[in-house]
Amino acid sequence: MAEYERVEHDVLVIGAGGAGLRAAIEAAAAGARVGLVCKSLLGKAHTVMAEGGAAAAMGNVDDRDNWRVHFADTMRGGQYMNNWRMAELHAKEAPDRIHELEAWGALFDRTPDGRILQRNFGGHRYPRLAHVGDRTGLEMIRTLQDHAIHLAIDVHMEVTVVQLLKDGDRVAGALAYDREKGRFRLFSSGAVVLATGGIGRAFSVTSNSWEYTGDGHALAYSTGAELVDMEFVQFHPTGMVWPPSVKGILVTEGVRGEGGVLRNSLGKRFMFDDIPDNYRPQTADTEEEGWRYVTGDKAARRPPELLTRDHVARCIQREVREGRGSPHGGVFLDIAWIKERIPNAADHIRKKLPSMYHQFMQLANIDITTTPMEVGPTTHYIMGGIRVDGDSQMSTVPGLFAAGECAAGLHGANRLGGNSLSDLLVFGRRAGEYAARFAAERGVAQPPVSEADAAVARALEPFERSGSPEAPYAIQHELQRMMQDLVGIVRQEDEMKRALDGVRQLRRRAGQVGVTGNREYNPGWHTALDLDNLLTISEAIALAAIERRESRGGHFRDDHPDKDPQYAKFNIVIRRGADGSMQLERRPIPSLPAELAAIVEEQKS
Amino acid sequence: MAATTFRVWRGDKGKGAFTEYRTDITEGMVVLDAMHQIQAESAGDLAVRWNCKAGKCGSCSAEINGQPRLMCMTRMDELPANEPVTLEPMRAFPHVRDLVTDVSWNYEVKKKIRKFTPRAPDAPDGSWRMAQEDVDRVQEFRKCIECFLCQDVCHVLRDHHKHDEFIGPRFFVYTAALEMHPLDTGDRLRDLKEDQAIGYCNITKCCTKVCPEHITITDNAIIPLKERVVDEFYDPVVKLVRLIRGKKSS
Repeated sequence: MAEYERVEHDVLVIGAGGAGLRAAIEAAAAGARVGLVCKSLLGKAHTVMAEGGAAAAMGNVDDRDNWRVHFADTMRGGQYMNNWRMAELHAKEAPDRIHELEAWGALFDRTPDGRILQRNFGGHRYPRLAHVGDRTGLEMIRTLQDHAIHLAIDVHMEVTVVQLLKDGDRVAGALAYDREKGRFRLFSSGAVVLATGGIGRAFSVTSNSWEYTGDGHALAYSTGAELVDMEFVQFHPTGMVWPPSVKGILVTEGVRGEGGVLRNSLGKRFMFDDIPDNYRPQTADTEEEGWRYVTGDKAARRPPELLTRDHVARCIQREVREGRGSPHGGVFLDIAWIKERIPNAADHIRKKLPSMYHQFMQLANIDITTTPMEVGPTTHYIMGGIRVDGDSQMSTVPGLFAAGECAAGLHGANRLGGNSLSDLLVFGRRAGEYAARFAAERGVAQPPVSEADAAVARALEPFERSGSPEAPYAIQHELQRMMQDLVGIVRQEDEMKRALDGVRQLRRRAGQVGVTGNREYNPGWHTALDLDNLLTISEAIALAAIERRESRGGHFRDDHPDKDPQYAKFNIVIRRGADGSMQLERRPIPSLPAELAAIVEEQKS
Repeated sequence: MAATTFRVWRGDKGKGAFTEYRTDITEGMVVLDAMHQIQAESAGDLAVRWNCKAGKCGSCSAEINGQPRLMCMTRMDELPANEPVTLEPMRAFPHVRDLVTDVSWNYEVKKKIRKFTPRAPDAPDGSWRMAQEDVDRVQEFRKCIECFLCQDVCHVLRDHHKHDEFIGPRFFVYTAALEMHPLDTGDRLRDLKEDQAIGYCNITKCCTKVCPEHITITDNAIIPLKERVVDEFYDPVVKLVRLIRGKKSS
């Protein structure tokens, strides 16, 4: 038997961003003994990078807003590929989740009458995003963190799960290792909540941190759970493009929400040239109307810069490809221009967008109050993920729950900005509640030691090959470049097939990777262990993207540039077959109940 | 820019030595990029803690040429050219490996600070009303990314090792955010005086200087807290009033 520390929890939450923290809080409040596994230190998870805000139809700024409008906006943005039950629950419950944060100490920006202020964002009909300048994610994670530390939650910092373990059909725990000592930890639990975030590190240009290696997706897949919608990856339209070392770092949509405009090298606001038909009734006809919208005129419609992210990203890509880009291969995002419209514009920009001001000043020597930024698309978010039940967030494996980015359903083919922070609150809470209930009913399971031993042996293999010429960093870089080039923002069948071959070759090489040094805080070893997850989710993305021979939401095919109604009828589900190979299935989308269908119709105008 | 030499502290548990690496520096690179390049080129096991690489998570704190800074926000072109760059772990915390330190003490300290306790909601729907200007003051403190550079540079911790008695600038900022929160009803002044030793701070402002979020730690957080403690426990007029009214001073 391998040596490891044994730990038992009723509910084991893997991932300590917003969704994981919210799940842990809820499970602890229900009386469960909770373990919270953080890949990094507590409070450092990717949620800190969320900037713009959390969408909740509170109607504080525009009282025409309500859950029905939010529901319809989310479904339209997701091209109706969404799990409608999740979209419904999300729209209904988000306001309570935001108010709850305030009760735990969060301090959102205020309206003149002292309520929570809400800002405009792409695809949301009314100002809907509760925010704190452009550091909303930090405010949220800190509020959750500071609330959680006073509850019965054991926090396991800098611990990485390498495998989920099952007892019969149900999930029974996990094998993990702690980074500082390099020792293994065997968790037994009654239920497991995956809240591991996304997959951005499978691409070379990304706004995501190093943790985003698709761990939860791959852990769930390997344990028999279904993944869904993996072809839908969101490329955020505005990442930094220069200098090279910061390429991909996010530039918040809040810049456009505050009046920032996109221009090409000819100085033209190109977004006016390409407005999709289903958004035309809600989009401004003139620059003047767009400006009135961002300054709060309720009669005005939104400027085309605030169309959905998938569309804006493709328009930017087109401008660059057709030779109208900025010097470093992006386009210009200009917020400085608002000085023509308002007094003290520089102060206003610094107040509304402090992190952006700071980020460009420090990393690019650019003062955004005087100079346009250069921006281009960056891999930002995966709509696809672990397939879950809309109410309970349980996956297809009993006792295994998922919430936040690693779960799928809410966002369909494209996520609206601001719907992620509310997603992780609404469904983090639900996952925690149902996981605690499951654990209470079924008791703590015991993972088979033989499986844990095998997982330990596998994890240690790279040390046995310390002389190997294959280094983990090189394979990771190759994979990232390949996914960026071949399965990126514009896709074609032959390229994606090459990527699929490439993934399989890289998997063979990953099996030969060697690492040097010892087990204590060894980033080379960690990178080697991450490779397996990255390869699994890369294969899933490529496979699903090949299967969807149309363009929809975040998935754009150069060889099939239009939407195909046939493809609106199903989601693509991926699971591991009995022989260990990746299996793909078209799963029909259940039709909307009449009540929700009526809401979609009434909101179309 | 050409190749630059880095002198990186390598070792375990406080024992170690500088190891030299050379790597090519290109336009716009930050120190963290150089560390990653060195990992990929020649030192696969070089321990570096990092996360967002955008100055938002506060993980990659280190001492660069002796200055406590975030590696991800320190551009190579702002360091002296043609000179080796020295990289060391934060010295106020126990060493783990290479550039990584054990900052768990900070997490333990935070747990001991009395938690946020809001007044009853202002509206029937359970929500509150607050003025932006009241929120602004506290939002400055809530910008903190918990990089712990202020703790690293604080001489009470770094030189005098008062970790058992003193909570450090980060947690004065944290306490100030609670004490000045428009909704909070808790009282942390006795804790500040007796268990957290705010009196040890002699306002040299070293913490303010290193804060990557430019929080005015000393002037806006620590000094007002010191004043409140003084008003609470040392004001003779208040003492007299309490004596007459028979109210305890807590």
